[in-house]
Amino acid sequence: MYAYAARRILSTIPVMAVVALFVFSLLYIAPGDPAAIIAGDQATPADVDRIRASLGLDRPFLVRFGEWVWHVLNGDLGQSIFTNLPVTHMIAQRIEPTLSLMVLTLILSIAIAVPAGVLAAWKHGTWIDRLVMIMAVAGFSVPVFVVGYVLAYTFALQLDVLPVQGYTPIANGIGPWLRNLVLPAVTLGSAFIALIARITRATMLEVLNQDYVRTAKSKGVDQHAILFVHALKNAAVPIVTIIGLGVAGLIGGAVVTESVFAIPGVGRLVVDAILRRDYPVIQGVVLMFSFVYVLVNLCVDLLYTVFDPRIRY
Amino acid sequence: MSTTAFDPGQHAAAPELADVLPPRKRRGRVAMFVYRHPTIAAGGLLLAIIVAIAIFAPLLGTVDPTALAPARRTRPPNAQYWFGTDMLGRDVYSRVLYGARVSLIVGFAVAACSAVLGMFIGLVSGFVRWMDAVVMRIMDGIMSIPSILLAIALMALTRGSVQNVIIAITVAEVPRVSRLVRGVVLTLREQPYVEAAVASGTQMPKIILKHILPNTLAPITVQATFICASAMITEAILSFIGAGTPPIIPSWGNIMAEGRALWQVKPYIVFFPAVFLSITVLAVNLLGDGLRDALDPRLAKRI
Repeated sequence: MYAYAARRILSTIPVMAVVALFVFSLLYIAPGDPAAIIAGDQATPADVDRIRASLGLDRPFLVRFGEWVWHVLNGDLGQSIFTNLPVTHMIAQRIEPTLSLMVLTLILSIAIAVPAGVLAAWKHGTWIDRLVMIMAVAGFSVPVFVVGYVLAYTFALQLDVLPVQGYTPIANGIGPWLRNLVLPAVTLGSAFIALIARITRATMLEVLNQDYVRTAKSKGVDQHAILFVHALKNAAVPIVTIIGLGVAGLIGGAVVTESVFAIPGVGRLVVDAILRRDYPVIQGVVLMFSFVYVLVNLCVDLLYTVFDPRIRY
Repeated sequence: MSTTAFDPGQHAAAPELADVLPPRKRRGRVAMFVYRHPTIAAGGLLLAIIVAIAIFAPLLGTVDPTALAPARRTRPPNAQYWFGTDMLGRDVYSRVLYGARVSLIVGFAVAACSAVLGMFIGLVSGFVRWMDAVVMRIMDGIMSIPSILLAIALMALTRGSVQNVIIAITVAEVPRVSRLVRGVVLTLREQPYVEAAVASGTQMPKIILKHILPNTLAPITVQATFICASAMITEAILSFIGAGTPPIIPSWGNIMAEGRALWQVKPYIVFFPAVFLSITVLAVNLLGDGLRDALDPRLAKRI
């Protein structure tokens, strides 16, 4: 078990190395002169040269890459071209709203999707099952910003029960924090809920056909105990896997959700950085989010042994 | 006697039957298909309608989608401007109809490009042992970058154009197809019929073309459908946050991005492209679900 954990943790190193190399080399493989594109159409040659020097494009690739990796390992993601502030500083300022949004979405999605998927599998073939599946297909198909606008229009503008946009730090109290985040979290969660509900239903259907479930039924075990103890625990591995993989979609969706609800998070930071073509900021955020994603999936893999003690590797 | 049994005159009687049967049979076949694959039929029909709208946009009562008319800004939907006008006085109905072209082109192009590239990479790493480890580590790395962020990073370094949007989204999608194809190849090459072909001295290109490739087509088709759907959403997201299709071209994401500032007072500017985008993505997803169930039920778990 410990050997497996150690090997699994070590295996994230090459993945992160490829991520770093890829994110870094984009500057070099992008068509055209990235310094000129970042500088914009009105830039003077001096501006372009300054940006080229600050990105290190005037020096050899390997030297520059080595330096950059060394800085990243020391917690330095470089400086913004636009504000000249350290990128780590800019991210740190914006991380709370994004983290709040993502954690709340994760909790909300699991709390809605897993019971819905279990219910659909249990009532397989009935209208409940069909309703859950229709909702799941719809959740996949309606883009995140469309969900956001519909929810904001209904609950904030028409019913006036929740704030339209904005963010209140958690330090100002859980109540206001939650009121501001409910709509964004449901918005961001829509596709995620669909994904988890689908896989939960599919795995539960398979598990419910197993002999031990029939045995439990025939010896008179309570229906709920069968569903949530016998079956769900054995269906947990695929569900947890899909939750881990779905975090990528959650990260991408957060960028959009923050724009729709005017939440001053890391997603907004990226959007602002695109408009200014502030590549070091984009680079830093992409690297950080990829790292989070790799870490989440590392945790998921390590969780397997908890749900299924047979997995020993 | 036997010659009379094969008398052509007797055979001539057969067409008489055929004349009666085909019409009934053909009608039955369409009904049967719809009955057996309702999601393919529904998704296909919806998608066909959207494609028709995109192709025949100039004939559907539209005006120039980029024509400015400051005098008639932000008119709500009415008899003349069915979907209203935006803040520059452009006709939202015309813009939404022309916008279908961008979404469909991006969706189909990304699906096709990533299917072809992914198939090539998957075949290579499934067959060339020494490349497998290297290629798959690279794919794992790219897959660890959330696809929208990867596309954003690529778009920040290039000038906005539909072509660059297609490239950016394709780069993010290729690893998934490669993994899928590689998985299929690895199981297929252990199959007895492939081993038999190898043992009997069949050339490698022929084995790949005749025995391996046809078996990867079903999963790739299904995967490509889902890629098409997600590419259309990604294009809209990129355009919405200002990193996608250039604002001069009407695309659903662009129309929504422009309507964003006014959405609390003029929600229809955002509403119409949103509905069209959702319906189109829904159609492609339905098609994908149906194809998956029809082509390979086992795939249901893998994707």
